Amino acid sequence: MAKMQEPRHHRSFSITRLIRYGWVALSLLLVACHVDMYDQPRYEPYEYSAFFADGRSSRPPIPNTVAVGQFQDDPHFLTGMIDDQFATTLPFPLTADVMERGRQQYNAFCMSCHGLVGDGDGLIAQRGPLVVTSFHSERLRNVEVGYIFDVITNGLGRMYSHAARIPPEDRWAITAYVRALQLSQDATLDDLSPEERERLVGTESEEQ
Amino acid sequence: MAQIFKPNANAIIRVSIITGILLIIGIILTMVAIYRSTYYTEVGVAKAQSVPFSHKHHVSELKIDCRYCHATVERAAFAGIPTTDTCMSCHSQIWLNSPLLETVRESYRTGEPVQWSRIYDLPDFVYFNHSIHVNKGVGCNVCHGQVDQMQLVSQAQPLYMGWCLDCHRNPEQYVRPREEVFNMEWAPPENQLEMGRRLVQEYEIKVENLSDCYICHR
Repeated sequence: MAKMQEPRHHRSFSITRLIRYGWVALSLLLVACHVDMYDQPRYEPYEYSAFFADGRSSRPPIPNTVAVGQFQDDPHFLTGMIDDQFATTLPFPLTADVMERGRQQYNAFCMSCHGLVGDGDGLIAQRGPLVVTSFHSERLRNVEVGYIFDVITNGLGRMYSHAARIPPEDRWAITAYVRALQLSQDATLDDLSPEERERLVGTESEEQ
Repeated sequence: MAQIFKPNANAIIRVSIITGILLIIGIILTMVAIYRSTYYTEVGVAKAQSVPFSHKHHVSELKIDCRYCHATVERAAFAGIPTTDTCMSCHSQIWLNSPLLETVRESYRTGEPVQWSRIYDLPDFVYFNHSIHVNKGVGCNVCHGQVDQMQLVSQAQPLYMGWCLDCHRNPEQYVRPREEVFNMEWAPPENQLEMGRRLVQEYEIKVENLSDCYICHR
């Protein structure tokens, strides 16, 4: 009898101990199961939402919505028009910074089709069956700057509107840069100052 | 009274202790290995997308600027995912009948957005703003790698906090001139440190605050 009781006593002892200290091992297993700080109950931009029928958490704004503090009451600045006529001036002073900004934005948004200097021979235009307008025609050299701004804003022909991607001040900077490209491609030697001409001739002779 | 411990008890205890220690070391090593593995970090693991868009083709071969599609990267926290309108500004003209683009055309017809799989997903307790990095001279490829060489995009960095801090503590090792930010081929020049120190001053990068907790955890 004693022999039979002994192992039973031993077993119950270890089970009690297991129950008593088991939670230590169990709590170790529960570590790192919580991700609620990693994934908090808020939406990230464009995150999928099961709440809205179309799955969009970023709700499309009602047409003509203006964000708080972003109302601009300047048709010249926003549309390139003054009294239904294309504006002939920029809505702000032209500086070297504006021109540099225009160059960067032109190279980001326009160069692919219109080419580095506006010949209409960008890499996309070279590949596809597209005919891209060159800026260096008599007609386009003489249009108002407001017209160029309007084309960027609303698109023209096969060119889509770029208003959603380029804010108005950058569209004006691009407009200024397009004008500069037109001047540069239509320039003659007489347009250069003596110093500039010397520099140009100098580099040419060095290259030769 | 019978003996509680049998003669082999010592051996059992020794084996248990050694096994226990080895088990703990093993668990720690396995966790570290998982934490550093691409299974956890997803570095270099390309994700399938509903449109098999090739960055390599559009960036490297067509030379389209990052900002053409990620248009808000210079002025917002989020770099921006292109609208279907952006895709269609070219694809209403070229590859008109490509079956690969059917998802895009359908989205344009119906107004339902194209669903993309997110590649870079920071934990929600980390605040990150693209515009401040781009405007202070941190190039795209510092974090996103050679996107211009990726067909399907994958993560290039594991996004560990130590990795973030490495640059926040020594920005002069990483900053570049602003006009080179979108240049995917840009590599640090030999005089990076000298140029970096000058740029940190010029761009008014506040190094003394840059590794404060609140900069990223707010």
